[in-house]
Amino acid sequence: MAKTRSSNALLQGAAIVLAVLLTTLVLLAAKAPPFAAYANIVLGAVGSWDVAANVLVSWVPLLLVTAGLLITFTAGLWNIGIEGQITLGAIFTTWMLRGLQASGLDPSLIISMSILAGMAGGALWALLAGALKTFGGVNEIFGGLGLNFVASALNLWLIFGPWKRPGVASMSGTVPFAPSLWLPTLTEQSRLSPSALVIALLAIVLVYLLLKGTYFGLRLKAVGKNPNSAYLLGVPTWQHMMISFALCGIFAGLAGAVQVTSVYHRLIPSISSGYGYLGLMVAMLAGFNAAVAAPVALFFAALNVGSIQLPIVLRQDSSLAGVLQGTLVLFVLLMQGVRERLAGKGLPQ
Amino acid sequence: MRNLRKFVLLVAIVAIALAGCNKGAPAPAGAMKAAGKALTIGLVLVGPYNDQGWSQANYDAVQYVTSKVPGTKMVYIDKANSADRPGTTVSQLAESLMGQGAKFIIFSSDDMSDEAVKFAQAHKDIFVVMSSGSQVWKDGKNYQALPNMVNIMGRMELGKMIGGVAAALTTKTGKIGYLGPLINDETRRLASSVYLGARYAWTNYLKKDPAKLQFKVTWIGFWFNIPGVTSDPTQVADDFFNSGYDVVVSGIDTTEAVTEAVKYAAKGKKVWAVAYDYAKASEVAPNVNLGVPYFNWGPAYVNTAKAAMAGTFVSHFEWNGPDWNKFNDPDSGAVGFNKGGALSPEAAVGVDKFVGELAGGLNLWTGPLSLQDGTELLASGAVATDQQVWYLPQLLKGMQGQSVSK
Repeated sequence: MAKTRSSNALLQGAAIVLAVLLTTLVLLAAKAPPFAAYANIVLGAVGSWDVAANVLVSWVPLLLVTAGLLITFTAGLWNIGIEGQITLGAIFTTWMLRGLQASGLDPSLIISMSILAGMAGGALWALLAGALKTFGGVNEIFGGLGLNFVASALNLWLIFGPWKRPGVASMSGTVPFAPSLWLPTLTEQSRLSPSALVIALLAIVLVYLLLKGTYFGLRLKAVGKNPNSAYLLGVPTWQHMMISFALCGIFAGLAGAVQVTSVYHRLIPSISSGYGYLGLMVAMLAGFNAAVAAPVALFFAALNVGSIQLPIVLRQDSSLAGVLQGTLVLFVLLMQGVRERLAGKGLPQ
Repeated sequence: MRNLRKFVLLVAIVAIALAGCNKGAPAPAGAMKAAGKALTIGLVLVGPYNDQGWSQANYDAVQYVTSKVPGTKMVYIDKANSADRPGTTVSQLAESLMGQGAKFIIFSSDDMSDEAVKFAQAHKDIFVVMSSGSQVWKDGKNYQALPNMVNIMGRMELGKMIGGVAAALTTKTGKIGYLGPLINDETRRLASSVYLGARYAWTNYLKKDPAKLQFKVTWIGFWFNIPGVTSDPTQVADDFFNSGYDVVVSGIDTTEAVTEAVKYAAKGKKVWAVAYDYAKASEVAPNVNLGVPYFNWGPAYVNTAKAAMAGTFVSHFEWNGPDWNKFNDPDSGAVGFNKGGALSPEAAVGVDKFVGELAGGLNLWTGPLSLQDGTELLASGAVATDQQVWYLPQLLKGMQGQSVSK
């Protein structure tokens, strides 16, 4: 046992070293000084309270999305449609905000209702992917991808059409909401909303408890490991899949709601910001473990925020953070394969 | 006694002079605290810094500032839009520039208005320039009191008119296409200015029937192509060339109008393009390029940076024209027009003549002028106010294309 654990740690360490090596090679190919690049990413992520706060701002939606994805992964589902679910969450939130902004209701009530609407929107879109799989026999990967495109088109249509600014159709999105409808931030200058942070932390704890400590979590795991056996053992399989889609959609919708109420204060074309795809990587890298996912998501958020320094200081493209994130996931998965082979289990299925 | 009086007077003069030296020129009311001898300028660009268009014109301008004003330094972030940098906000990117020491931030795109205002309100000690905006125009429609913001814009209407003249004097089919970005006040007035110039040359120089001049605007939806989001400007330019429009005038940040004209010319078609934004854009593709109306942001940025350093930075709106005495001088004037290689000698004569007329006081924003739907904009002889031009509510009568986004 101790031996496997240490060899596991060794393999994980090897994965990280390999990922850093490959990224360094990419940096050298781009004629960038690797050490300075890494140093700037670190400084850009933790160099001041402001940038550290920005990392947390980026952590919130990523954590929410990852929390949701852990549920669908546990049920053995590849919820690629997560991007669309974030977008729909943002659209529903905007819709509710627009509807109520002139109502005279208490702003905190309006914000709460809008966030709930966002959660409903995300769940709806996820259930659509689930229904396509359950009743239409469409693999959730393809259904989800298709729904992502539909969500994106719907979003653009709203921004350039019915919800456009007076007389102006602009990529910069809809008219910003009044500051009273923004999720309150720590200070006037800060971008970090403590309530959003608390929501995200609650979400990951909730998912951790749900998957580790409940009967539902156990059954979900059974469905994920082997749906046929689970069915034979009396677990209502498709119902569990649908519930896991809905739960994931709720978290994704919540992420979209946070993007609208606390980050952009309006609906913009790329409102999902790619957090869905990033969340998939976080979940994989974390080995589908909620306790590990939180720090991994924080690390990815830090890479994203820190890499903004690359174009500013080194004139390098900030997509380098994506290279590092991608290679990390690849090598970790690769090392898992190696480990399984070493353990004599043969090739992974 | 007289000596004493002289002495007192002398002492007084010296005292005043010393006081003057101490404080420098008295700071104007509402001025921000002087930045002093060193100033790091942070530039936020919406597109790539080397786009041969809008963003590069701004990038070169700040480099010009650093070469002209000792003590200034530049840091920048380009592609500051949520499609290129997902998850970030423009104000957050500007703060990253502050992290590199920037005390003076230029937001160089209309797309950044909301974020620039947010940023200016959150960082009251930072000098903020919002180019192409009108937030702090006291006589404008959307005035907001932002003591640390200056709006700068060039009177590109005049440059665009010259481009329109070049187009009208070149077209063989009488059909001019305008490759428009998104629809707003700025883009309406610029597209309309091209039309005004084209119509003027068509009727006054060529003595042709204005009804025979076709002018069509197609909007792509943003300042540059974003695949899957905007219409593809390459496609739009192709559509123009394929449907008999032989001159395409660019209104977007990037160079598709010219690059597509090059392709069609290679296939043997007689087509031309008018570039936009960037002074050196006239140097490319001499077989199709009629020229470029361009922004020269440098001099205005120099003045504003100097004001910040000297403590005379006061919130205001400026809308700067060309320097007619030194047209196309990089050290003066906010707008110019560089002729391209494909402008025929005869057309070039017409362009020069038109520039001379503008310098002499010709104003094409003079009535009678009607909006696209027929409503009167200006009665005969009436001259448009700055507000009427800046906030043009529709395209002009005679132009085809959408006036307001539907």
